[in-house]
Amino acid sequence: MSEVTNILVVGIGGQGVMTAAEILAEAAIGLGLDVKKTEVAGMSQRGGVVSSHVRFGKRVLSPEIAPGEANVLVAFEAAEGMRWSNYLKPGGIAMVNTLRLAPPVVSLGLFDYPEDPVAEMRAAGVNVHGFDAGAIARELGDLRLVNTVMLGAIADHLPFPADTLKRCIVDRFRIRKPQLVEKNERAFEAGRQERVPGAVSVA
Amino acid sequence: MNASLPAAGTRLFLSGNDAVARAVWDAGCRVAAAYPGTPSTEILEQLSRYPDIYAEWSVNEKVSMEVAFGATLAGSRAFCAMKHVGMNVASDALMTITLTGCIGGLVIAIADDVGFSSSQNEQDSRYWGRFAHLPVLEPADAQEAYEMARTAFDISERFQTPVILRLTTRICHVKGLVTPRERETHTGAGFEKNTARWVMVPAHAKQRLPLQLEREAALRDFAGESALNVILEGNDKRVGFVASGPAAMHVREAFPDAPLFKLGLSCPAPLEPIRAFAAMVEKLVVVEETEPLLESEIKAAGIATHGKDVLPRMGELTPPVLREAVARLLGEKAPPAVRIPLRVFPRPPTMCVACPHLGVYFTLSQVRNLSISGDIGCYTLGAGQPWNALDTCISMGASIPMAIGLDKGRGEGDGNKRIVAVIGDSTFMHMGMQGLLDAVYNRANITVLLLDNRTVGMTGGQDNPGSGRDIHGDGAPRIDFAKLCEALGVNPERIRMVDPYELPTLFRAVREEVKAEEPSVIITNQPCVLIPEYKRSAALCVDEEKCTGCGNCVDVGCPAISVIRRGKEVKPSGREVELAWTRIESVACTGCNLCLRTCGAEAIVPWQRSNTEVPA
Repeated sequence: MSEVTNILVVGIGGQGVMTAAEILAEAAIGLGLDVKKTEVAGMSQRGGVVSSHVRFGKRVLSPEIAPGEANVLVAFEAAEGMRWSNYLKPGGIAMVNTLRLAPPVVSLGLFDYPEDPVAEMRAAGVNVHGFDAGAIARELGDLRLVNTVMLGAIADHLPFPADTLKRCIVDRFRIRKPQLVEKNERAFEAGRQERVPGAVSVA
Repeated sequence: MNASLPAAGTRLFLSGNDAVARAVWDAGCRVAAAYPGTPSTEILEQLSRYPDIYAEWSVNEKVSMEVAFGATLAGSRAFCAMKHVGMNVASDALMTITLTGCIGGLVIAIADDVGFSSSQNEQDSRYWGRFAHLPVLEPADAQEAYEMARTAFDISERFQTPVILRLTTRICHVKGLVTPRERETHTGAGFEKNTARWVMVPAHAKQRLPLQLEREAALRDFAGESALNVILEGNDKRVGFVASGPAAMHVREAFPDAPLFKLGLSCPAPLEPIRAFAAMVEKLVVVEETEPLLESEIKAAGIATHGKDVLPRMGELTPPVLREAVARLLGEKAPPAVRIPLRVFPRPPTMCVACPHLGVYFTLSQVRNLSISGDIGCYTLGAGQPWNALDTCISMGASIPMAIGLDKGRGEGDGNKRIVAVIGDSTFMHMGMQGLLDAVYNRANITVLLLDNRTVGMTGGQDNPGSGRDIHGDGAPRIDFAKLCEALGVNPERIRMVDPYELPTLFRAVREEVKAEEPSVIITNQPCVLIPEYKRSAALCVDEEKCTGCGNCVDVGCPAISVIRRGKEVKPSGREVELAWTRIESVACTGCNLCLRTCGAEAIVPWQRSNTEVPA
């Protein structure tokens, strides 16, 4: 079991959580590993909480990451990082986009949005790095690059070289939208500047 | 061979649904039918992309099963897929199809929503195997889903029986590596008249019953020897497990050293092999999602076992759940939680930005004295905040009959309450039309809001007879809902077509129709924002200088609107009112103008994309 790597990608319906998880899975498949990846469909997609569990290793049995077992948590939204932080194993790392998306229940005044989700995670003992992935993407000229920025940010915390992941992203765009290859390469490298201090690869 | 299809022997990364689709095609299946339903929807979506197979969206699950069954009479292999509750709808057909059996292979995929990801209940469809005396196959991951879907056709033809392929959310929506095998082709001999077999009148049906029982006995012997049921060895014999489906994977993950009898063909249960397995271990635990079905059968066979005495009767039996239960059984301490969950607000599903249903629920929330009978679809979300404008939701099509019941069974507290039913286009065609016919026939005093958004929205935008497209996206005859309602007997003067974005018109229509003393229908006619028919308009924003904080726009419930500041104001009357200043996420806004129509201060204005803003 210990040879299985668990990456939990979380966010909100429509943010690209599934695509990011798919690219991580592709990278692991390319290395000849066994991979399982959970998806969300139906009702939860409608602005609700979305998560994808990516597990890879020599042989993967259960598709689900249990609480306390994730090596890496990638959160596309700040409060979602908090929500899933108990899934991290001791020593696991959380990479959080500090974007704040308040759901209607918050707008209606029924619940409060946490003041500083990243700080709360840190206070709970989570090894976390929060940064504004949207700002980086906007600077590079396209908000849709957030996905690649986030993948770049965890690339040096994975049990395989960052370039393996980068190649997957590049190949994907080379087939579908070749004009976006260069932008994504830059987004990936920009993301790589955002590392969790003190943390190393989970390998 | 279609050029775009990966060849046999290629390692593919597929969801369980995709794997089943590929297997059905590779098995030489000729006819496939389904009604969309989470978590099974993608099977038919995928199948529609394969060549040389007839695929259809049926209007409901019973129809899909009957279409598939008809094809098998001609000797063709056929397939239907549905979610667990869809099987309830199809059950009338199933209970007699099991008597006749089939000629070509018939595989029925039923996807149980274990864990309630998108359903109104949590059913264990393995019961249908017992009820209808049919074999049940339970894959544990995507590769097994592929293999078992193919094997299911072989079993079906060998025993001339429909076969149930039982899936769960964790099979349907988990991707894994799948290697497909070579495709086979099958052609049927054609339909052969056989009145004693295909006309199930009592005299004929009586003849079939003994054959059904013989078949079941033969299947039990087959299950006892089948390689689909396999013992995985383990040295730690304190507890041995019997498990099926994804639960078997969870068991192996949590207890890699424990013996596991993994059942792939779980019905009829291979009881004698289980008896032998039980003798090899100290304690036997049956791990099954979700009901104690195998457990009861094993106990009835006189084999001592644990099951739901230590395990939950609902939800997924994941490794943490299993570890805790088994620790308790062995008198050990359960492993403590590594981290405590942090408290965060809930984030329930919401309607989409500019969804046409927003106008409907904003309106319904403003009309007093209504009981609102709801149905199944995106619009069930109208029960939530901020609208609170849907009072019931039970099953597909229930809104109209329940409205009739609410009208006819008025209690003392109901007074002159007006009864409204809310139902979507696809649900109406699935099982709602009969309710409207009943309302007309029995002179119920109800108003039906038929929300026609031209798609099956909740499952991701599948086509239906109201969309004008078939499963391939090609043009198809499109039903006219107004004419349909008229044909069902609704007074043409009581049928209205309304644009749900035109709030004053919709409000007036609802107010007038609920007063009518006969069945009335209001059809809303704007498309789902997720389908090509939806046309965006210029985005809006809030002019902060003009915004008075009245908060009316918040009541629309559009997720693009958020509150940036709150306050209180004391009116001249002395009444204190809450204020909420808002902003519109203009990048997400598609200019439906609903919020603008609620704004008395003219503070919602066209958005000027600033020069610094980069297009998303």
